[in-house]
Amino acid sequence: MSTETSAKFVEARLAVATVQHLPASYVRWVGKRIIDFGASVRGILAFGLISLGVLITKRRVASRVIHPLIWDQVLRSGVAMLPIALFLAFALGLLIIGQTVYFTSRVGAPQFLGVVMVSVVVRELGPLLAAIIVLTRAGTANVIELGMARASREVEALELLGIDPIHYLVIPRIAGVTLGVFCLTVYVVVVALLSGFLWAFLQNVPILPSAYLAQFAAALRPMDFVALGLKSSAFGVIIALVVCYHGLGKPMSVEDLPRAGARALTQGVIFCVIVDALFFLAFLLL
Amino acid sequence: MPSPAPDSSEFAVELTDVECWGGASGREPSLTGIHWKVAAGEFWAVGGLMGSGKTSLLSSIAGLFPPARGSVKVLGTSWLDVSPEQLPAQRLKVGLVHGGGLLLRHLSVAENISLPLRYHHDAQHSDVLPKLGEWLAATGLESVAERPGGAVSRNWAQRAGLARACSLQPEILLVDNPLSGLDPQDVRWWVQFLGRVSEGHPLLGYRRLTVIVTCDDLPVWRAPGRRYATLAGGQFRVLDDASSLEGWATTHAGPV
Repeated sequence: MSTETSAKFVEARLAVATVQHLPASYVRWVGKRIIDFGASVRGILAFGLISLGVLITKRRVASRVIHPLIWDQVLRSGVAMLPIALFLAFALGLLIIGQTVYFTSRVGAPQFLGVVMVSVVVRELGPLLAAIIVLTRAGTANVIELGMARASREVEALELLGIDPIHYLVIPRIAGVTLGVFCLTVYVVVVALLSGFLWAFLQNVPILPSAYLAQFAAALRPMDFVALGLKSSAFGVIIALVVCYHGLGKPMSVEDLPRAGARALTQGVIFCVIVDALFFLAFLLL
Repeated sequence: MPSPAPDSSEFAVELTDVECWGGASGREPSLTGIHWKVAAGEFWAVGGLMGSGKTSLLSSIAGLFPPARGSVKVLGTSWLDVSPEQLPAQRLKVGLVHGGGLLLRHLSVAENISLPLRYHHDAQHSDVLPKLGEWLAATGLESVAERPGGAVSRNWAQRAGLARACSLQPEILLVDNPLSGLDPQDVRWWVQFLGRVSEGHPLLGYRRLTVIVTCDDLPVWRAPGRRYATLAGGQFRVLDDASSLEGWATTHAGPV
């Protein structure tokens, strides 16, 4: 077969392959995706309500078994994520201050550095960054772990032993991941603010640490602390619920695990962004 | 000393016109029209080939999956009448040992056995160590106690599953095909241990337990006072006497 003939053959095969992988109807494809997403939302909400019921009714049951599991989740979703979270927070502070210094120095307004840091890091990017780190690292690991438990019938084994699988597998994850995301958010915010000042100092911006802190303190409102706690906790609950729902919510075989992990990751990001937008709306209205 | 057998009018398990789910999807009827009464303290061996519905039958008795039709009563209570609040307590009256043990893979063998004890008594691991040690010794699991549940052989995992189920002091013990894939030495251990459990094991307070074992090979379980049944063609059939075991073995488990 000559080179030209080979190229034509490959081109033809590629064309066929492309056509075969295209959906028959985009409208139908988009519609199916929307319906699937709606079904997932409904499933996650139902799963959340069931978990809430178990949390309330079994809050005093087997605390000596459940509490260590919660701390284990805090370790996995918080402490273990600290190095990567601090590295990204450091980079975030440098990037934001680098860009801000560049623009404010052109207009002669370095006094807005603190305001920018509060608006961008404390109110928006800090909680979101912490949530995405936990979702991508600890979240996907949890989907695989729970999916394996479901596929290897460990959930059945727990039921036979009179142990509620939601109480043993889900509640520690909800509590642990929520606490982990909250603590990680605090660390991310603090490190981003400090690295921001470091960058400003290196760029010879005429601002003293006390002035930077004063700007920062003036820009912060009491509501920011409340919003930071609520938002990071909401992200933690959402991540844990999405992860547990996709790991445990449906009968699963080992082959389904990669798809479940990818779906949990995508939906986790979407839900966190939606909640973030709702908080922003509330911020504008209040 | 073993206590006397309870009054046979008190049924430990009572199945009335039961149809079990099964098949590859788990949503096809695999057994139909089961009428079966198991008196308290009896030892039953139920034989059937692969796919005959052994696991489905035991799962229905344990209340894990509701039957497609009919009523399953355990110790006089139908699973349909058990409220969600009563369910854990009712489940603890029945111990089910699945083939392969169904251990939690992330816990060690010892932690697997101690988990239900700790959960139901809200105890630390150290609090249940004496009881755990007794069960590890009784089932010969000391040497593998610290290995992860997912890293032990089928025989050890099943023994751990048995210790885990028995440690909760059930009144009925269901064991799903425990001899599958075991060497003759382990087969002997299982037959003898379940015999002792049925007659009154010291760790179970010398109580006679109702034991139902499913198997591929019925004659292995032959012993005085035991009862036998078969699963074939979607039907459950009680064998009238032990002499019919040989006929069953020739038909179902003989050389091809």
